[in-house]
Amino acid sequence: MANGRTSLRERLTEARDKIWGSQAVDSILRPGSPFKQNYSDSPRNRSYVVMNNVLYHLHPVKVKRHAVKLSYTLCLGGLSFFLFILLTITGIFLMFYYTPSAETAYTDVQALSTNVAFGSLVRNLHRWGAHLMVLSVFLHMSRVFYHGAYKPPREFNWVVGVVLLLLTLLLSFSGYLLPWDQLALWAVTVGTNMASFVPAIGAQVKFGLLAGAEVTASTLLRFYVLHVLFFPFIIVIFMAVHFWRVRKDGGISGPL
Amino acid sequence: MAEIPESLLRRSAEAKAKALGVPVEDVLAEMKGEGPPVKVPQPEAEEKTETVEVSEAPEEPATEPVEEVEPPEDKDAPTPEVEADTDQDVIPEEPKEATYADDPDPDPVPPPAEPAPEQQPVAAAESEETPAAVAIAEKEDEEPPAPPSGNGAGNGKVASVVSARPSVPPAGTPEGVRSQRLLTVVKARAIQNVKAEPTDKVNTWPHLMLMEFGALLLITGILVIMSIVIHSPLLDPANFNATPNPSKAPWYFLGLQELLSYFDPQIAGVMVPTVTGMALFILVPYLDKNPSTTPSDRKFAIALYSMFLAGAATLTIIGVLFRGLGFNWAYPWQDGIFFDDLKDWVHFE
Repeated sequence: MANGRTSLRERLTEARDKIWGSQAVDSILRPGSPFKQNYSDSPRNRSYVVMNNVLYHLHPVKVKRHAVKLSYTLCLGGLSFFLFILLTITGIFLMFYYTPSAETAYTDVQALSTNVAFGSLVRNLHRWGAHLMVLSVFLHMSRVFYHGAYKPPREFNWVVGVVLLLLTLLLSFSGYLLPWDQLALWAVTVGTNMASFVPAIGAQVKFGLLAGAEVTASTLLRFYVLHVLFFPFIIVIFMAVHFWRVRKDGGISGPL
Repeated sequence: MAEIPESLLRRSAEAKAKALGVPVEDVLAEMKGEGPPVKVPQPEAEEKTETVEVSEAPEEPATEPVEEVEPPEDKDAPTPEVEADTDQDVIPEEPKEATYADDPDPDPVPPPAEPAPEQQPVAAAESEETPAAVAIAEKEDEEPPAPPSGNGAGNGKVASVVSARPSVPPAGTPEGVRSQRLLTVVKARAIQNVKAEPTDKVNTWPHLMLMEFGALLLITGILVIMSIVIHSPLLDPANFNATPNPSKAPWYFLGLQELLSYFDPQIAGVMVPTVTGMALFILVPYLDKNPSTTPSDRKFAIALYSMFLAGAATLTIIGVLFRGLGFNWAYPWQDGIFFDDLKDWVHFE
């Protein structure tokens, strides 16, 4: 403003305020959003941040102080969910480059690792993320057990949680076959052989999983559909129930 | 009866004392059951209520029996007037109040008699509510209602609140007089038995969310570094005719595979206890009847789970590291690691 004209900086500030205060931006952000133009830090707004956000309202507005200690929850349940999101995102990326047929599957994975930008990184993220998710779900369950957090009124959420662990294992296992290399083929052969030892229904389970008596090309398609569609669909339903029950029965801050 | 917090008791005692014009200490003693019933200066004030309670039934002088019976033709007539009253009073404007006050005919508008008792502390209404209302109303019957003095807006507000109630003047009472009706009796217990204990709580935002965000960043960082350093394995193309030696399941099933290598599945039936174990696992909350969550109270449960955890970890580690050719015992430092998942990282053989 030295020479009587508005400087570029002032104009930019003015433009930003104008856009940020516009009806369009205002309509996107719910009341109390910390990204709103005139957000002020007040107890009311702190509550609104949680209540008015599609993701954050999984949380209660307030939690007990001891529950916020890292040593208490280790965030394992939340991290399992986060890893699931991460696996979904990287999985969608991988689906662009992968065909579930015995002829092309292996070369697709090979090309993904060498020809596609960040292809190798995304594949690694997907694979290690999956292993980490199995681990974090299991550790989450152990944490819940040691805290006795499955006791009334939260018994049913433990049951849902065990189902989620099984689904996580199935998701990981069904993805194991997809690279269609020696490791995948024989790990799945061993795994499904173990399933066949289950009394009474073992043989049927194995047949259903493999779409035949042993691993064949049609097993690949079956595992692919199970991996990218069926198990995620089921696990999302169970996760929704799981999170809902956490809020209803009392979550990290103990029973309500 | 539940324990009433000292502060609440004191507050209600103060209110009652103010209303009755007696020392606070006497009322407090009476409420606690330590002192004699409080002697109230006014002879007609009753003393039968134990605690100060707004809705405790006031003694209705004379009009009480009549109140219960309301002639049907009277029922509808006053209601529009009440509504008109409400409309006028909802917007407390000074000029309107003036005309309202100047109106010589008291009939269409019930006089704002109630504000007087309503404005007093609620406890005061207990002893003198109805007589005061009647007295003021009778006085105003003779002369037009006086304009609300001083705080006109405030008076109008209270009047509107009062007249918004569907209270209908009972037949038999003087015209323009409305007495209180007993709607419900709220026991002291209902509002004073506070169950929730105050707890030490913090806002989810920012305290919990910040921690979660930190954990999220940490795990993302670990995962990205891991993905840059360790490459996913990609062995030779699948070949049904070349069984690798050893053939291992994914690591999370290796404990089970290890178990199966000890007992022939067809003979020992390892899967029977495994499946039973899974079922028991799901049923944990229904089998564990111990209500305590204190570790020292659940030694058995914790010991059991720790054994399961240690067993699973041991079997898995053996399966991953200590099983070589033909799934026979192998020392990783001697024979190498036979775990293809980490082949790219470990560079064994």
